[in-house]
Amino acid sequence: MGGFQKGPELPPSPARFDSWLHPGPAGLHCVPGDFHIDPARPVDRAVITHGHSDHARAGHHAVLATAETIAVMKARLGPDAAGSYQQSRYGEVNVIGDVTVTLVPAGHILGSAQVVIEHAGRRAVVSGDYKRRPDPTAVPFELVPCDLFVTEATFGLPVFRHESDAREIGRLLASVRENPDRTHLVGAYGLGKAQRLIALLRAAGYDRPIWLHGALVSMCSLYATFGIDLGELRLVKDASSKLPGEIVLCPPSALQDRWSRRLADPVVAFASGWMRVRARARQRGVELPLVISDHCDWPELVQTIEETAAEEIWVTHGREEALVHQATLMGRRARALALVGYEEEGE
Amino acid sequence: MKAFAELLDRLSYSPSRNAKLRLLVNYLQTVHDPDRGWALAALTDGLPFSFPLRRTLSEIMERRSDPELFRLSRDYVGDTAETIALMWDQAAPDRPPSAAYTATRLARLDEVGGTTPMRLSDVISELAVINRNALGAKLESWLDALGTTERWALLKLLTGELRVGVSTRLAKTAVAQLGGRDVAEIEEVWHALGPPYENLFAWIEGRGPLPDVRQALVFRPLMLSHPLEDDDWAALDLAQFWAEWKWDGIRVQIAGDSNQTLLFSRSGDDISGSFPDIVGGSRFDAVLDGELLVVRDGVVAPFSDLQQRLNRKGVSKRQLEEFPAHVRLYDILLADGEDLRALPLAQRRKRLEAWHARVHPSRTDLSEIIPAQTKNELQALWAAARDASIEGIMLKRRDSHYQSGRPKGQWYKWKRAPLTLDCVLMYAQRGSGKRSSYYSDYTFGAWRNGEDGKPELVPVGKAYFGFTDEELIEIDRWVRNNTVESFGPVRSVAPRLVFEVAFDAVQASSRHKSGVAMRFPRIHRIRWDKPADQADRLDTLLAMIAR
Repeated sequence: MGGFQKGPELPPSPARFDSWLHPGPAGLHCVPGDFHIDPARPVDRAVITHGHSDHARAGHHAVLATAETIAVMKARLGPDAAGSYQQSRYGEVNVIGDVTVTLVPAGHILGSAQVVIEHAGRRAVVSGDYKRRPDPTAVPFELVPCDLFVTEATFGLPVFRHESDAREIGRLLASVRENPDRTHLVGAYGLGKAQRLIALLRAAGYDRPIWLHGALVSMCSLYATFGIDLGELRLVKDASSKLPGEIVLCPPSALQDRWSRRLADPVVAFASGWMRVRARARQRGVELPLVISDHCDWPELVQTIEETAAEEIWVTHGREEALVHQATLMGRRARALALVGYEEEGE
Repeated sequence: MKAFAELLDRLSYSPSRNAKLRLLVNYLQTVHDPDRGWALAALTDGLPFSFPLRRTLSEIMERRSDPELFRLSRDYVGDTAETIALMWDQAAPDRPPSAAYTATRLARLDEVGGTTPMRLSDVISELAVINRNALGAKLESWLDALGTTERWALLKLLTGELRVGVSTRLAKTAVAQLGGRDVAEIEEVWHALGPPYENLFAWIEGRGPLPDVRQALVFRPLMLSHPLEDDDWAALDLAQFWAEWKWDGIRVQIAGDSNQTLLFSRSGDDISGSFPDIVGGSRFDAVLDGELLVVRDGVVAPFSDLQQRLNRKGVSKRQLEEFPAHVRLYDILLADGEDLRALPLAQRRKRLEAWHARVHPSRTDLSEIIPAQTKNELQALWAAARDASIEGIMLKRRDSHYQSGRPKGQWYKWKRAPLTLDCVLMYAQRGSGKRSSYYSDYTFGAWRNGEDGKPELVPVGKAYFGFTDEELIEIDRWVRNNTVESFGPVRSVAPRLVFEVAFDAVQASSRHKSGVAMRFPRIHRIRWDKPADQADRLDTLLAMIAR
């Protein structure tokens, strides 16, 4: 697709965007297009950035999203979760009311998109959740210069700096080698993180079967239908042993559950950006914290703000206060939107 | 530094005692003197010097980071050392914050850092001679040279609070395991040694003699008790035990020889300097176990009076007069060069009585043995004990030897039932360490009539434990949903949640707005069901003040 060019310079006006894009009770609302982005409650028209449950909810009349996101919504929320679906390819220009809407890769998970809205010569980019690092299971983030950049701030504090994936996967595999009599139980969110982790293990040459908690199966299958090869996956409940020396993936909620008693003295690992903070790992009883995240770390958030060259920065969810402060130091007009309904902690 | 940092890092994530022990033993086996000895010091009694670290760090961070971002980060992480270690790379001395995050800087992110090999003992020897004014610059250069985990370990080392879940005893157990010894042997000689413990390692590895402490005036390891559980009480044969009052003071050891007398706290700290009234009397050659109290005319004063004498460098004449110290003795470990610890308690007691009658050191008396023949009788005494300075009853086996640590089935502490009061949550503060980012410290109040005659809450105490991890998550959610106002890490909440607060005693206090101070308050139960206007009144609490 063709790269975006920065729009023409207009004289600054403090309320330029407020007239057509603003946070309402259901979420971020685009007035001239009359649609919401990732609304928290049912609306007539919704543009959905990606399939995570706090962004993609059931009950909208019409949904615009990528094919992958629509597939995720149907699989997780049921085929009738929305009245109608409209697919959009990355880069395709959709006209909605008085605005054009283009979905652009966000690099967060399979099918995740930034929403680029153009109206009256100005461009706003609502990023949804996004990351800048390479991910074998997601199309890489594409930078779109804009006038208004709406960003998340999940890891919006300077203490958050993610390690390289290769280093963290290396630590996991080293621990597996050092503890051949123990199972490695890795907590990972079921949509995105689990599949990325499997793909990263495969890329590191790990070709043994990877064992799954039942809750992770459907999304792994869905990824496979979109051509993402995850190698041999097996269900823990089909195992004939306690799986010493093997890698088992489960949703984070199962880490401390009775479910894990069937495994061989498990080394509890958790793949998340939160693992950067020691207390977070200890609160969850994690022995092997893996700093692998599907969000930007602090330097990447700051870098992205810098590179979009947007004069105006809106911060949706996470640690908004620090990122608003940082953007202000960088000479941007910045504000926290205080939208309801997004999970502060989910990763 | 790398091995030490890795040790602390892995200890902090290891869930089990045995895993921690393996890590410690492995470290002590693979790291050489004197580095391992300094690590042992850090894990036990701390380094032999201290610094104005808090001030130095805040000065450094003032220069190196944006104060607002540092404050928000510290608030979130809940630990200053860790916050600095994590955000150090983001701090840049020579550039404004916005320019610091360029692509070239990001390209370096994956570097682990720490290219300079720095030994723990190098750090120690520099610190030992450093001028306080040079500390900041030195620290900065170290932080620049180290990777994230090593920065964290260095700062933890300097703050003196490692918080990696290793008790002093566990560290000593690891040393004992190196040489297949018992930890009691290490504890016996421990206080005659100092970092980096080269003679200790030489002995444990069979390269040198056991340090001789028989004649040394050092702290001897204490014998501790177990809390009495219902099952213990049911199984207990009272004929094998005797009972003494458990006084609400602090456990001390008095050690004397012909030249001097020393007073040690239960952790082995020498607190003689604050208690010239105890150690300044006649000389004797003995080691005694007892309870430090403030006693006036034979009456034990509340703990708050003793607090006036604790944690002070010096002591004034006025304090000596107003808060006279006293030791109630209950055991004798050594006397006139003889080690009595292998004798049964009943025999030690006879020796103690005879010794005390002969020497009679000033400001001491003997702990009374409670004359109770039956369990019913003893239980009645326990239940009736309402004297503020009595915490409960000690039960000691008559034939118990004096063993270090907490041997099973020998001594029990039977704390009296706590007082309780239904209070209303007023403020919640974010915790630190393990509880960072959770609202885990609670200030609660009781009702009274305000000046306008309407009921108002007045804070009566603060507690941060007594609830489970699951309850913490529920309270945290409740706090977030019922916040009225935020001030930094503190939120004031709508007066709607009732805690049943347990506490050991309550004393009049002029320092508190309510006029009372609870001793040892903890959250006993969360009364989700109870309407806040039915919580207790301040008058109820005032009536509990022990006379």
